[in-house]
Amino acid sequence: MADSYDVIVVGGGPGGYVCAIRCAQLGLKTAVVERDRMGGICLNWGCIPTKALLRSSEIWHLMHRLDEFGFSADNFKFDIAKIVARSRAVSQQLSNGVGFLMKKHKITVIAGEAKLAGKGKLSVTKDGKATDYTAKNIILATGARARTLPGLEPDGKLIWTYREAMVPPSFPKSLLVVGSGAIGIEFASFYRTLGADVTVVEVLDRVLPVEDEEISTFAAKAFNKQGMKLKVGTTVTELKKGADNVTATLKSKDGKTETVTVDRVILAMGIVGNVENIGLEAAGIKVDRTHVVTGKYGETGVDGVWAIGDLVGGPWLAHKAMHEGVIVAEKIAGVKGVHPLNTSNVPGCTYCWPQVASVGLTEAKAKETGRKIKVGRFPFIGNGKAIALGEAEGLIKTVFDAETGELLGAHMIGAEVTELIQGYVIAKTGELTDQELAHTIFPHPTLSEMMHEAVLAADGAALHI
Amino acid sequence: MATNILMPALSPTMEEGKLAKWLVKEGDTVKSGTILAEIETDKATMEFEAVDEGKIGKILVPEGSEGVKVNAPIAVLIGEGESADAVPAAAKTPSTDIAGAMKDIGAAVKAETSAPKAAAAPAAAPAAAPAAKADGARIFASPLARRIAGQKGIDLSALSGSGPRGRIVKSDVENAKPGAAKPAAAAAPAAGGAGIPGVAPLPDARLLYPAGSYEEIPHDNMRKAIAKRLTSAKTLIPHYYLTVDCNLNALMAVREKMNAAAPKGKDKVPAYKLSVNDFIMKASAMALMKHPDVNASWTDTAILKHKDADVGVAVALDFGLITPIIFKAQTKGLVEISNEVKTLAALAKEKKLKPNQYEGGGFSVSNLGMYGIKNFTSIINPPQSCIIAVGAGEERAVVRGGKIEISTVMTVTMSADHRVVDGGTGAKFLATLKQFIEEPASMLL
Repeated sequence: MADSYDVIVVGGGPGGYVCAIRCAQLGLKTAVVERDRMGGICLNWGCIPTKALLRSSEIWHLMHRLDEFGFSADNFKFDIAKIVARSRAVSQQLSNGVGFLMKKHKITVIAGEAKLAGKGKLSVTKDGKATDYTAKNIILATGARARTLPGLEPDGKLIWTYREAMVPPSFPKSLLVVGSGAIGIEFASFYRTLGADVTVVEVLDRVLPVEDEEISTFAAKAFNKQGMKLKVGTTVTELKKGADNVTATLKSKDGKTETVTVDRVILAMGIVGNVENIGLEAAGIKVDRTHVVTGKYGETGVDGVWAIGDLVGGPWLAHKAMHEGVIVAEKIAGVKGVHPLNTSNVPGCTYCWPQVASVGLTEAKAKETGRKIKVGRFPFIGNGKAIALGEAEGLIKTVFDAETGELLGAHMIGAEVTELIQGYVIAKTGELTDQELAHTIFPHPTLSEMMHEAVLAADGAALHI
Repeated sequence: MATNILMPALSPTMEEGKLAKWLVKEGDTVKSGTILAEIETDKATMEFEAVDEGKIGKILVPEGSEGVKVNAPIAVLIGEGESADAVPAAAKTPSTDIAGAMKDIGAAVKAETSAPKAAAAPAAAPAAAPAAKADGARIFASPLARRIAGQKGIDLSALSGSGPRGRIVKSDVENAKPGAAKPAAAAAPAAGGAGIPGVAPLPDARLLYPAGSYEEIPHDNMRKAIAKRLTSAKTLIPHYYLTVDCNLNALMAVREKMNAAAPKGKDKVPAYKLSVNDFIMKASAMALMKHPDVNASWTDTAILKHKDADVGVAVALDFGLITPIIFKAQTKGLVEISNEVKTLAALAKEKKLKPNQYEGGGFSVSNLGMYGIKNFTSIINPPQSCIIAVGAGEERAVVRGGKIEISTVMTVTMSADHRVVDGGTGAKFLATLKQFIEEPASMLL
């Protein structure tokens, strides 16, 4: 007799383990199947370890500004092995933490690879041995992996994905980053700050192409100033591997080609859903371009099977996966008043230097909706705290519906903006308008005052500019 | 000191109006009593006079603007030597008017958008007061939902929220039909209920006819007022109906004698010509004095018994209808009533009635007899409680004392508000009215 559960979650990443916790809180007998380590990519190979790496590069950056703050020191250097070791330790600590949370909530963790095996059945294979489980509800949360293209395949030695880029055995002197989304730009920023010669190739006409154009432009200027080489409107047509380097052929939009030779290449061209070998086809679950098609509440169309996170539609972010996990758990448990996820209220953060954060519509997208909008901007140079921190470079921008005062979008670049964006997300979720934001008292002196000023600026009423 | 000239409330129930015409221009000097503009309300066009002296610094609302909320700034008055350029920012709205504007989310929003763009625009707009259900319970709605509802004229109390703990959110308001709205607030402050949750709004008629198969006539203010008030009245007031037939033989005879006796002026025009309706107006007034329970208005906490018989008379117009009032009709003779009705009807046709000529009243008479209508029912005209619908006086075969006779008979149907007037009370009133109509001389008793 197979073990049976109310819920089995397939995948222990941020979407999966959060979903399992919520299920357990709601009194459901819950298990999680994980083939590797609890916490998934996010915790082991993504969000968290990169933040640890970027913290090191931030300190390195500050060390070069010691004089500005009244310190002096000579002859400082970094040890990439130690930086990586710290990053791994951070991941390990958190992965252990998730394991503890599973125990605390009496969630069974099943090691192995799971596959749908008929209605309410799941087969988990570990070391070639298959075990069957039954569950009233199966939640697929298998996540995603780096996209590769023909001719642009990683080899793990010279041509990396995020996974190798996170644990470099030695520090590369030069680097080509293919793709300027959040993942590409964070690695570019990390390696450039530590001194590598970094070239970023982006097929679209600007870096961080999903961000507001003004923010992209601001970021490009900052990256250029740091010595990063940005090649937009450019594709990589060939990667020729040498003994310990790679020669890349780049082709720009106007047809010009050039070659660059670098120590290592990082591929960051987006992600594809992990839809293979989990029995989707046999179960009759619809897949569209490597992502499972779901309803508003994660329903797959097959009774008792749900899907969340990177496996389904975007934005492909851990916090979105976690929220979906909660929604599905509550839907299964029959909690009243469960609301579907509103993607326009999902913030996005990029932890490069300077940081970038945003929520909602860009100015251009807001205009496309045809409504009358008003835009507020406030630069970091007008903020006392930013100047005191020595971080006077940045911009906060708000986009409002001019008629209803609805906050349509907010876009930020500069120090600590990834910690600030939640204020606007709360405003959006709570449907606050420009008036409530204008009437909100922000503490002085903080960076958050700029959020207030950017709201006032939309009415030409910013106070400190 | 520059001050804002605000959209006046020309009647207690006025919420918004059309700024029909400016009679002054920027730079004109005005003094108290100078006529500034013509304001069109839902019922009449009225002149708006200055109360202070000064110079018109700036006109903020152009003429022809519709739906200008009461208390919205419409112009700026400046003093001697003040520059008109300095005005928009300097002009201050007296605090009482902000309080007025806060009564209505819509007013607050409108005031903000029609006001000149001041440096501190968001802070200057008064925050909308929390909306409340008619029973005083707070309505939970997001600020954005409140704002959109105010702009679209949606009554939040009629909506149920889909947000956390039933909070009304943007999508609830966006899915609501504008105008599925505001039943109670303005039309029947006395009525208990507000919206009718769970009742689906009617579909937009345009969806059901091919485009081009009709001509679209936008609502004017009177049409909007009729729609709003009558929908509220018929929806919120528990109507019931009582019908009697009145024999007019005696009344017709008296009327003929009285009209024949009317003194004629130099131009041979008689001084009066009494109509059957004039008798009905008088009879109604006298019957109301005998049955004060019928001459009453409903409020949530009390019934208001009126001391005078203020009787409204429905006047059909080419562009709508209105019910001017003969105040203290119990003190007035038939000739006085007759002439006053004629004067009011003429004013109504020119849209010149003042609110104090049509607001209030204790009872109404609606007469469609001249169109040959035999019998009909009317919708109560709040804050009144009863209205009679008077049909045509016509010769009918009447059985009296076992014999069939020919008599002139008129059917009267009274609509009554059951919250105020119970069936027996209404029936007794109607019996008295019938007696006064059938034997006009008995009114003298």
